[in-house]
Amino acid sequence: MELVLAIGIGTLAASGVWLILRPRTFQVIIGLSLLSYAVNLFIVAVGRVRSGAPVLIAKEIGDVAKHADPLPQALVLTAIVISFATTALFLVVLLASRGLARTDHVDGQEPEA
Amino acid sequence: MLLLNGERHRAIVAGLNVTGTVALVCIAVILLGMSGAGTREVYRLGNWPAPFGIVLVLDRLSALMLLLTNVLALATAVFSLARWHRAGAHFHSLFQFLLMGLNGAFLTGDLFNLFVFFELLLAASYGLLLHGSGIARVKAGLHYIVVNLAASLLFLIGVSLIYGVTGTLNMADLAARVPAIAAESRGLLEAGAGVLAVAFLLKAGMWPLSFWLPTAYAAASPPVASIFAIMTKVGVYVLLRLSLLLFGEGAGASAGFGSDWLLWGGLATTLFGAIGTLASQDTARLGGFSVLVSSGTVLAATGMGQVGITSAALFYLVSSTLGISAFFLLVELIERGREPGADMIAVTREAYGEEDETGEAEEDVGTAIVATMGLLGVAFIGCALVIAGLPPLSGFIAKFALLAAALNPTETHQNGAVPGSGWALLVVLIFSGFATLVAMARAGIRIFWASPDRTVPRVRVIEMAPIMFLLIICAAQTVLAGPVIRFMQATAQSLHAPAGYVSDVLEAAPEGSRKAEGK
Repeated sequence: MELVLAIGIGTLAASGVWLILRPRTFQVIIGLSLLSYAVNLFIVAVGRVRSGAPVLIAKEIGDVAKHADPLPQALVLTAIVISFATTALFLVVLLASRGLARTDHVDGQEPEA
Repeated sequence: MLLLNGERHRAIVAGLNVTGTVALVCIAVILLGMSGAGTREVYRLGNWPAPFGIVLVLDRLSALMLLLTNVLALATAVFSLARWHRAGAHFHSLFQFLLMGLNGAFLTGDLFNLFVFFELLLAASYGLLLHGSGIARVKAGLHYIVVNLAASLLFLIGVSLIYGVTGTLNMADLAARVPAIAAESRGLLEAGAGVLAVAFLLKAGMWPLSFWLPTAYAAASPPVASIFAIMTKVGVYVLLRLSLLLFGEGAGASAGFGSDWLLWGGLATTLFGAIGTLASQDTARLGGFSVLVSSGTVLAATGMGQVGITSAALFYLVSSTLGISAFFLLVELIERGREPGADMIAVTREAYGEEDETGEAEEDVGTAIVATMGLLGVAFIGCALVIAGLPPLSGFIAKFALLAAALNPTETHQNGAVPGSGWALLVVLIFSGFATLVAMARAGIRIFWASPDRTVPRVRVIEMAPIMFLLIICAAQTVLAGPVIRFMQATAQSLHAPAGYVSDVLEAAPEGSRKAEGK
C-alpha cells in the first residue's frame, strides 16, 4: 500500500515537473495539474495512511487510535479547491495569451528555428 | 478586519473601495495603538482553543505590516481613480480581495491559513497584473502565474512535511514543539521548513528565484505595480516571523537553521538588484529591480539574526516599500509625457552618437508647465533619495541604522570583532545605494533635462496627491525617527523572544472576555 502510494506520488510529480519544463503552454498546465495531484496525495500520505479507519467518529467515542487523522483530509480538501481554482484561472490566461500571441509557446513567440 | 473585507468584496463602486481602504487605515492605526503597548491580541475564529482552532494574532510586527499595507493601498486606490480603474473589469473588487489576502496573511497564526490567504492574494494579484490587458501583460502574467502556482505546490509540500513531523500547524504550537523533536525526525522537519522557505523566498524574490519579478512588475499597470511593492514583503515578513519563531535561539538543535542561506541569498539578491538597476533602460524595470534590492537587504538582515539589525531592517522595510511604491506611481506620470518609443530612440542615439533633433514640437497642453515639471522633479528626487538611501530622507536613516547595528561589535560578537557578514553587508549596501543613485540620476537626467519641446504630462491632483502622501510619510519617518526606531526595537525584541508569543497564543482566553472588534 505505502509502496504503491509512494511510487504513484513519485511518478506523478516527476511527470509534472517534466511537463512544466516544456515550452508549450498546454503541457505546462497539464504538468501543473499532475503536480497538484501528487501534492494532494502527499498531504494525505503524511497523515499516516491507514486503510479502513473512519475519519470521523461515527456513534460512540471509541479508541482515538483507531481513527484516521482528519486534519490532512481537511487540508487536502482546501488545497484541491484552491489549486483547482488557480489552475482554472491560469487556463484563462493561457487562452488569452494564445489568442493575443497566436502561438502556444510559453514566451508568446516562436523560438528562432 | 477580515469580516469588513469580506462584506465589502462585492462592492465595485470606486467610492466604496476608497472608503473601505480609509476604514482599513483607521483600523490599522487603532490596531497599531493596541499592539504598541506590547500586548498581543489573539482572536480565536470559532472560539476553539489555539492548537486546534485557527487563530488570528496581532502583535507589533503584524500591526506594523497592516498599517504599511493599508497606507499603500489607500495611496494606490486614490491614484487609480484618475484613470486606471477604468482600464479593465473588476479592479476594485480584485483590489479588496488582494487587501484581504494581505491583511489576513499578516494576521494569521496558522500555517495552513497562511496558505489560504496567500492563495487569495495571489489569485487577486493574477487578476490585477492582467488588469488593462495587452500582450506584454499577458506574457508576463503567464510566467508569473506558473511560477507562483509551482511555489504554492512547494508551500503545500513544506506544510504537510511539517505537519507530518510535528502534528500541528499552529505557529505558536510549532514553536513550542520544535525544541522537543526527536533527532531522527529533525531532518524531515528541516526539509519541510526548507521547502516552505523556498516558496516564500520565491515570493520575496530572492536571487536565483527572482527572474520573473522585474518583468512582471514592469508590465503591471502602475497602481498595481505600486501595491505589488508590498507583496514581496509578505514573503519577507513570513520568513522573518517563522525563522525567529521556529528556529530562534530557543529551538534546541535546530536553532539558526537556514539563517546563513538568508544572509548570503539576501546579499546576492541585493547585488543582483543593484546590477539590474544599472542595466535597466526602462524606468519601470528600474523600479522592479529596486524591489529586489529592498527585499534582499531585509532578507540579509534577517539572516544575521540580531535584535538591533532586525529593528533597523524593519525601519528600512517600511521606508523602502513606501519609496518604491511612490516611485511606481511616479513612473507612470513621467512616462506619460514621453512619446512611445522614446526610450528606444534614446538608446539608438547613444549607440550611434547621433545628435539629431527629433523634436515633434507638440503643442503644450494647458497645464502650468513649470509647476507640473517642478513637482514631478521634486517627487522624483524624493523617491531617489529614499530608495538609494541618501540624507535627508528616511532611507538614509534606515541604512545608517542597519550598518551601525551590523558593525557594532558588542552586539554581533562577544569577542569584539566584526564578523565577515557585517563587512559584506556594508559593502553590498553601499554598492547598492550607489548603483541605485547612478541609475536614478541617469533616468532623472534623461527625463527632466530632456529637450524643452517634450510634451508636459497632464497630471491631475488626484494622481499627484498619493505620491506626495507617501513621500510625506517618509519625511515624517525621518523627523520622528526616534520614536519609530524605539517602536522597531520593541518589535524586534519581542520577535527575538518568541516565548511570549507562544504563551499568549496558547493561553488565550476564550471569546467573550476579549474584544474582537475590527477583525
